[in-house]
Amino acid sequence: MALLEVKNLGISFGGLRAVDDFNLTIEQGELYGLIGPNGAGKTTIFNLLTGVYKPTDGYIMLDGENITGKKTTEINRHGIARTFQNIRLFSELSVLDNVKVGLHNHYPYSALTGILRLPKYFRVEKEMNEKAMELLKVFGLDKEADYKASNLPYGQQRKLEIARALATGPKLLLLDEPAAGMNPNETQELMKTIRFVRDEFHMTILLIEHDMKLVSGICERLTVLNFGQVLTEGETTAVLHDPKVIAAYLGE
Amino acid sequence: MIGFISYLVNGISLGSVYAIIALGYTMVYGIAKMLNFAHGDVIMIGAFVVFSTVSGAGLPPVVGVLISVVACTLLGMAIERIAYKPLRKASKLAVLITAIGVSYFLQNVALLIYGANTKSFTSVVSIEPITLADGAMVISGETIVTVIACIIIMIGLMTFMKYSKAGRAMLAVSEDSGAAQLMGVNVNSTIAMTFAIGSALAAIAGVLLCSSYPSLTPYTGSMPGIKAFVAAVFGGIGSIPGAFIGGILLGVIEILGKAYISSQLADAIVFAVLIIVLLVKPTGLLGKQIQEKV
Repeated sequence: MALLEVKNLGISFGGLRAVDDFNLTIEQGELYGLIGPNGAGKTTIFNLLTGVYKPTDGYIMLDGENITGKKTTEINRHGIARTFQNIRLFSELSVLDNVKVGLHNHYPYSALTGILRLPKYFRVEKEMNEKAMELLKVFGLDKEADYKASNLPYGQQRKLEIARALATGPKLLLLDEPAAGMNPNETQELMKTIRFVRDEFHMTILLIEHDMKLVSGICERLTVLNFGQVLTEGETTAVLHDPKVIAAYLGE
Repeated sequence: MIGFISYLVNGISLGSVYAIIALGYTMVYGIAKMLNFAHGDVIMIGAFVVFSTVSGAGLPPVVGVLISVVACTLLGMAIERIAYKPLRKASKLAVLITAIGVSYFLQNVALLIYGANTKSFTSVVSIEPITLADGAMVISGETIVTVIACIIIMIGLMTFMKYSKAGRAMLAVSEDSGAAQLMGVNVNSTIAMTFAIGSALAAIAGVLLCSSYPSLTPYTGSMPGIKAFVAAVFGGIGSIPGAFIGGILLGVIEILGKAYISSQLADAIVFAVLIIVLLVKPTGLLGKQIQEKV
């Protein structure tokens, strides 16, 4: 059974059909790319998958469960986490606290326990700290744990966003243009990080990207989107050499 | 000199009450991005609950205060659930007008139950006053309790926000509720919790206020509520230490203004201070300058 199965997904904003008849199947452990020209509807699909938008048609199955139309918070609990095209860290919180917000649902204790500082509070907070530090160490951010998130350099902010998303314990990780605004060296390092995340956490990853070097370097399969519809899909090299795809990007 | 110091002490005491109320304003504003103008009336309800349970039913003051805190917590959550939650996606103006409506609603409910006559509130504090400087200066038990309560609440709230899971969720929602939601934080329950905490504080503020100034009517909460809002703006709305500093300063300015300038003009002075602060520093004393990125 596929980890993610999307069938006939569609959404209209008023008269505009932003996404139409979108199908996508991703197997456990795959590194999958979603590409397409600007305005093709890639981010809209991420918003549909995470419940920010409710689809007008179709359904989304994650690991055999139908998550169509569920609330964002619930979908996150079911196992989809994401990063953002323009970084959306909690910039006033520390690096450590950003990851701890991601851990929110995995370490339950009530607000009253927090106010009264019962022994459980100290125990759980300690566990959260250890888990968060472990994650930060994986991304080489452990020394910056007490920094304000906004004081990190750009590349590290991207890494922190991935760490925060992983803290929510997802089955599927969505990366929205992870290489946006990076120089070639940073992109190289990012490719390593993404591969590492997949291997180390046995993660399934779906990413949107414009940087073709990154896409052809790490994605195993691709879906190309154009004007809200699937143009083609398949193995990365085959797709990138497809005349239809080249035409969509460069014009006829 | 002794006169000045005792005015100062009175000012800090009144300011502490403003600070506790302002904390409720500032938390709700910071997290739900709305001005809850019904907050002042929750104070009044809190005071009436203590009036009914202690003066009416004869329960011990501590029990009365606890009942009041629980009642106001539930009231605050109910107000949020019934009046504000359906408007989460509505315009700010709609929410603001609803808040004013809730304020009048609470006042009129109190008017129906208790009538318009001024009730005399029996202080819940039974600590002996401290006499200093051979009787020239007396610090009342209410003052001592108010100031200590304010400091404890302030420190407790700041550590709660910084070091607990629920507090972190509140900070995350306040910064970017969309991203917080996508990280699995339930925004609705976080906002409900903010109202619960703010309203619990309002109950305490109501009891402390009426213990120091023992007259109670359905309109008792409205003026302190507005002044606490001024204090929150003064300190920088959204900032917890700002609410504390703003509240204390406002109380001191009000009492000193009453003592040395004119007791009739005291309120005018308070609002004049607000106008001046907003002219000089529009974000308030501890408010953050929002930098627009271009």
